[in-house]
Amino acid sequence: MTGPMSDTVADSGFDAQREFVTATIGGQMFGLPILRVQDVFVVDRLTRVPLAPAEIAGVLNLRGRIVTIIDMRTRLGLERTDAPARLMAIGVESRGESYGLLVDAIGEVMKLDHEICEAKPANLDPRLAVASTGIYRLDGSLLIALDLDKILEIGGMATAA
Amino acid sequence: MDDLLREFLTETHESLDVVDVELVRFEQEPNNAKILANIFRLVHTIKGTCGFLGLPRLEALSHAAETLMGKFRDGAPATAAAVTLILATIDRLKLILAGLEHDQQEPPGGDGDLIAELERMAAVAADPSAAAAAAAIPLAAEPETAGAGAHAAATEEATDDASSGRVANHSIRVTVDTLEHLMTMVSELVLTRNQLLEIARQNDDNAFKTPLQRLSNVTAELQEGVMKTRMQPIGNAWQKLPRIVRDLAHDLGKEIELDLHGEQTELDRQVLDLVKDPLTHMVRNSADHGLETRAERIAAGKPAKGHIRLSAYQEGGQIVIEVADDGRGLNTARIKAKALSLGVATDDALAKMSDAQVHKLIFAPGFSTADQVTAISGRGVGMDVVRANIDQIGGMIDVKSVPGAGVSFIIKIPLTLAIVSALIVQSGGHRFAIPQIAVAELVKVRDGSDNRIEHIKDTPVLRLRNKLLPLADLSRLLRIDGTDARGGKGEFIVVTQVDGRSFGIAVDQVFHTEEIVVKPMSSRLRHITAFCGNTILGDGAVIMIVDPNGIGRMMGATVTADMGMIDAVEDEQVGRTDNITSLLVFRAGSAHPKAVPLSLVTRLEEVDVDTIEVSNGRHMVQYRGHLMPLVTLTANAAIKPEGTQPLLVFSDGTRSMALVVDEIVDIVEERLDIEVASETAGVIGSAVVKGQATEIIDVGHFLPLACEDWFRGKSVAASEHKRRSLLLVDDSPFFRNMLTPVLQAAGYDVITAADGSEALAHLRDGKTVDIVITDIDMPQMDGFALAEAVRQEPATAAVPVIALSSHVSVAAIERGREVGLHDYVAKFDRAGLIAALKEHAAGSEAA
Repeated sequence: MTGPMSDTVADSGFDAQREFVTATIGGQMFGLPILRVQDVFVVDRLTRVPLAPAEIAGVLNLRGRIVTIIDMRTRLGLERTDAPARLMAIGVESRGESYGLLVDAIGEVMKLDHEICEAKPANLDPRLAVASTGIYRLDGSLLIALDLDKILEIGGMATAA
Repeated sequence: MDDLLREFLTETHESLDVVDVELVRFEQEPNNAKILANIFRLVHTIKGTCGFLGLPRLEALSHAAETLMGKFRDGAPATAAAVTLILATIDRLKLILAGLEHDQQEPPGGDGDLIAELERMAAVAADPSAAAAAAAIPLAAEPETAGAGAHAAATEEATDDASSGRVANHSIRVTVDTLEHLMTMVSELVLTRNQLLEIARQNDDNAFKTPLQRLSNVTAELQEGVMKTRMQPIGNAWQKLPRIVRDLAHDLGKEIELDLHGEQTELDRQVLDLVKDPLTHMVRNSADHGLETRAERIAAGKPAKGHIRLSAYQEGGQIVIEVADDGRGLNTARIKAKALSLGVATDDALAKMSDAQVHKLIFAPGFSTADQVTAISGRGVGMDVVRANIDQIGGMIDVKSVPGAGVSFIIKIPLTLAIVSALIVQSGGHRFAIPQIAVAELVKVRDGSDNRIEHIKDTPVLRLRNKLLPLADLSRLLRIDGTDARGGKGEFIVVTQVDGRSFGIAVDQVFHTEEIVVKPMSSRLRHITAFCGNTILGDGAVIMIVDPNGIGRMMGATVTADMGMIDAVEDEQVGRTDNITSLLVFRAGSAHPKAVPLSLVTRLEEVDVDTIEVSNGRHMVQYRGHLMPLVTLTANAAIKPEGTQPLLVFSDGTRSMALVVDEIVDIVEERLDIEVASETAGVIGSAVVKGQATEIIDVGHFLPLACEDWFRGKSVAASEHKRRSLLLVDDSPFFRNMLTPVLQAAGYDVITAADGSEALAHLRDGKTVDIVITDIDMPQMDGFALAEAVRQEPATAAVPVIALSSHVSVAAIERGREVGLHDYVAKFDRAGLIAALKEHAAGSEAA
């Protein structure tokens, strides 16, 4: 594989299973393709950026790199519940820049069969619909697979505006 | 040794070493086209460069080798014999290079032997049937001469190595990526060092101090060293200019001499790349538009040969680059016309601009004065683009033009983009870095000092040395929550200068200056004009780097209170502010709004009613150690029974008085036309302010009410002599009305005139006038013209002329001096005016 690893490439892979790092955001379980996840870290000393889009919670110094933290609840249009005592973020990289996706809690890593993946329901909140690739049926719950590039892209659209 | 030759040697040595290795690989994998292509390319490059440098032996040899390799590329089998021959050729090339390095010329001798071999081999390769014959050629056929030469050269080489070493080994080529990576690592080291220093500041552990100091010094040196590796002489960016100018001169039929000064001045590679194109463009511009043709120059009495001078030098942490020509200078009229047609500035605004301000319009976006797009400079790139490029690297550009004598552009750019010196400040609980390059001064404002912030409703302004600067509270500008309650005191003002425009940025606290490592903003945040990057501080926190250019632009949109006195406001706003007065609107005694010119008000105060005392039947309040009398506007405007009492404080020297008002309503900017003159004492008249009839208060009336000797103190000296007569020229009846009582109180008989021509008429009527006070901007005949006319009339040539102006720029002062103005006083600076009058009175008494 030569090009950048995107979700679609992974989708078309011959492997019928995909691995996800799961996280809870606003009570809902989400999954991020594990190949895109760099690390998971505790958000500490977040610097808010004045005049920044609402989705951007701020920036912080992670081992000498400046990481842009994206507030996933705002980004996905989810209810704002009480902030957890410890803010956790999933570190990802895109075009040489580091991002941290702010989530409520980090879950386990799951290996999921592609066949339990379903298309997005038509009535899904548009913000969620755009940012996800599909929905996996789990025992007693649903996991929304996120499209990382789309999530980061919206911030870019805000940039253009 | 010639730089070019040195570079060639280094490069060719490297290439040949690669060819050596690759050839051996090729022999093992004769079918690998990639390896062959690489060898072919390297040899071809060597051949090309040799031809260019005039090295016939090397060229002929490499040409022959290339031909043979061309055959391989075309599919001929690479025999061991052929490869050996090529390797032998490469050895010969190296020998010649060694000689070249030693004597700076090719060693004598011929390579006919090898070339013949190569050619034969090439012929054989092309015709496989002859292959057997070719293989039979003994390789020992390598001539003796070559062998001897090789031996001699080898010994020379050995001695060289021992003594001075070879040039090829003295410099190594490192990829830019490696340097960039080094720079990044050093940046990290600087950060870590800063962190350690921060910790050391907090702890008193002395054991750390010494090694830390050492680390700090080493880091600084390392930083400097690595920066040096990125530095390149600016001459590198100029290399092509002599040729460009020569060609231009030829095409345009002009004689042009290009002087280059300070080529050795070093700049960061990144910065250099960014200024290269703008500089080339500016030189082209000078040659094309700036310099006249030979005939024009001779006609103008100038030397036939035009000069373009490019110079660079370092000044502090900046590099100053100047591009100057001795041509015709900028065409002010044409710039004006162009600005009008492009809608860059209005007619009105243009009329008010000084020439220097007009010239700056060429930096406005979308501006290019060349009427015809010429092949030379009219590539749709104008000075606006140049300026954008310069802005991008945090630099500044300015232009000076003298008609008939030439134009000079001055560019100031930071030495490096990676590490800058910045002021760390705090505002609204956030810390920010402000690049030191833009900081003109730092002011702490306190009540009672000369530098104060005055709040006009929501718009703060800074009174700095009797000038008002637009002021923006950083936390408000950045809309940081929680500062609406004015939690921050904003008592430090960072006076910033961008594009010749000054403004103040109010912050809550100023910490220190720190060398910060500029890290680019995330692409998701790059649209925020207020910031130009972010950095990691010594304590590990990330903070934003404020972009003074961006703040300037944001303020342009938010600061409405241009006070009409703002110094050096050099954009089109100048014209607008001119006849507009900032008025302080308040209520006192009745529901009708009242107003005074804001600039006459020294301060707005609120005092606790309990602190108001009655002394000798008058209301007083203790104010800064003095008793300050309170005056009510009318009988019904009483002091409040309880709570706080708003006051307008007027000060003159040590004296202060306060007008009691019910409420301060607003600050507005209005064109003041007094429509109904007033009969009431203390009211000049009524004007429409924000759609409401408003009484304009005559402050001059109330001052003596507060202190009976308000004007007396000053007039005593004057009244001892004969009353002096004064001609006051101002197109605004308001100012005439305003100033007349003040001047009368100062002991003058005042004659008024509405413009220059009316004033001259008065003078020619034979009225004796001891001094003239004139406004600058007036219709028909302005202050400059009046001053000039006064000078020219023999009868009035000695009369001092004092100018009043709402915008005192350096250019205007210079112009004033030329036309013979004696003094310049800001329009509302009454104390300054009285002082100036006194000075001139004393001067003429003495004379």
